[in-house]
Amino acid sequence: MSTEGVTITKTGEQGAFGGELLTVNFGPHHPSTHGVLRLIVDLDGEQVRRVKPVIGYLHTGIEKQMEALRWQQGVVVTDRHDYLSPPINNLAYALAVERLMGVDVPPRAQALRVIMSELTRLSSHLVWMGTSGLELGAMSMLMYCFRERDTILDMNEEISGFRMHTSYIRPGGVMADATPRFLEMLDAFIGAMPGHIDEYENLLTMNPIWRSRTIGIGRLSPEDAKVLGASGPMIRGSGIPWDLRKAMPYSGYENYEFEVATSDDCDCYGRYLVRIKEMREAVKILRQALDRLPDGPVNVDDRKMLPPPREELETSMEAVIHHFKLFTEGYSVPPGDVYVAVESGRGENGCYVVSDGTHKPRRVKFRSASFVNLQALERMALNHMVADMVAIIGTADAVLGDVDR
Amino acid sequence: MGLEDLAESLGQNVLTTTLGKLVGWGRGNSVWPAQFGLACCAIEMIATATAGVDIARFGSEAMRASPRQSDLMIVSGRVSQKMAPVLRTVYDQMPEPKWVISMGACASTGGVFNNYALLQGVDKIVPVDVYIPGCPPRPEDLLNALMILQERIKAQGIKLP
Repeated sequence: MSTEGVTITKTGEQGAFGGELLTVNFGPHHPSTHGVLRLIVDLDGEQVRRVKPVIGYLHTGIEKQMEALRWQQGVVVTDRHDYLSPPINNLAYALAVERLMGVDVPPRAQALRVIMSELTRLSSHLVWMGTSGLELGAMSMLMYCFRERDTILDMNEEISGFRMHTSYIRPGGVMADATPRFLEMLDAFIGAMPGHIDEYENLLTMNPIWRSRTIGIGRLSPEDAKVLGASGPMIRGSGIPWDLRKAMPYSGYENYEFEVATSDDCDCYGRYLVRIKEMREAVKILRQALDRLPDGPVNVDDRKMLPPPREELETSMEAVIHHFKLFTEGYSVPPGDVYVAVESGRGENGCYVVSDGTHKPRRVKFRSASFVNLQALERMALNHMVADMVAIIGTADAVLGDVDR
Repeated sequence: MGLEDLAESLGQNVLTTTLGKLVGWGRGNSVWPAQFGLACCAIEMIATATAGVDIARFGSEAMRASPRQSDLMIVSGRVSQKMAPVLRTVYDQMPEPKWVISMGACASTGGVFNNYALLQGVDKIVPVDVYIPGCPPRPEDLLNALMILQERIKAQGIKLP
């Protein structure tokens, strides 16, 4: 195994240009593989003939770990698999648990969940754009994108007390109500963000280097995208308007007006346009959610599921018992299994939960968008130059924590 | 030029120090980290390099893609059993003197993942100089760790760690 950039071995096969096919190892420690992805690439001259991803370098045992945690503790671990969109992972898990328990969260909690999801989508796309720009030579993109990402992280911190792994969305509602300062920050952010997106577009959309590195590179036809199970910007970049927020609305997404961003270009540039459009739509959804934010509680009123308010503990014996039971044993979920999918920045982020009626899950399985989208890598990279591999790995936007879990 | 004039002009321009202090000063202010992102903490490591916190103020913005050019390894994230030999190889490829920062709870102790898949602390395979708590630590925490390391490097002088 080599850990430096490349090792080259001859395969003995004959290439189209008279030379032999060479096997080149990409990663797992390589600056452009977005984490610890390892690719074994067969090259004919400089053209890619085969790509074999080797995964598992970030296998964390998250699904197994969740079987050892109580239902409410599992939320903390869901944050950490797709580490660029923690609240969306929380949401998938919370929705699955809620569906098994048959509870509906109050409207204010639903709106706050939408706000957090869209903020996360924005920050996830910003990290994608910053790092992809960096890899293709537009170094300043990173500085611009991380500036706005930091604003979003400051908002995360304001509402949940933590920058990245918020654990904000929990079964039964959300961790806490939005503070007035959070709403002010959000309002200012929504006002400023369209201008920032224009700024990114000024830097990239007509940039000749960016265009020549992405247009016509990494073609994925609509048929291939469907067959390979791609989702998110990967399938919408191939012109198929498949978005779970429209197709199977959750958390009240059916009440918001937004368009599904698609592009018929089917290449890296098309997927870039899709992500830009999605960011604009996310800002629109945020504006609607903020303007129509309903009043009321942010958690279900169920003492068997969520702890009682602090002041009740001093006056009610029953509240003390509930509190004690919740923090020593946790709540039980009725037996059954359920699959819930939400749309993350990368595509269909599903959560399959099996309960045997005890206070811990029997099995939790994540259907991660990154893992499935990675399958399309070979189809996109075929017959391209080896230097285009960087653009193609970038466009898949695979988070390796999400792939390996 | 007379001897007295020479002594006077040198007095304006010469500093006296020890070789150890000079080497420590040079090493400490140009610690080049290996670009070795693993998981969530890597994103915060990238954030440390951007304009907001700007690790360049401490001379460590040059994240090298090759371990041969770097003298600091920031283990930014969880290390799986499969990644452990790779991490050790990268460490072995770095030239002496070299230092290791274990960034975040997972790299330091395994964090919330006490299971079959993860190395319970990267100090099982490489010697760690500075541990940073947090999951993930803030960019400021990484800067703080770097400053602690710089002080140590400067105190160390010419000796190998």
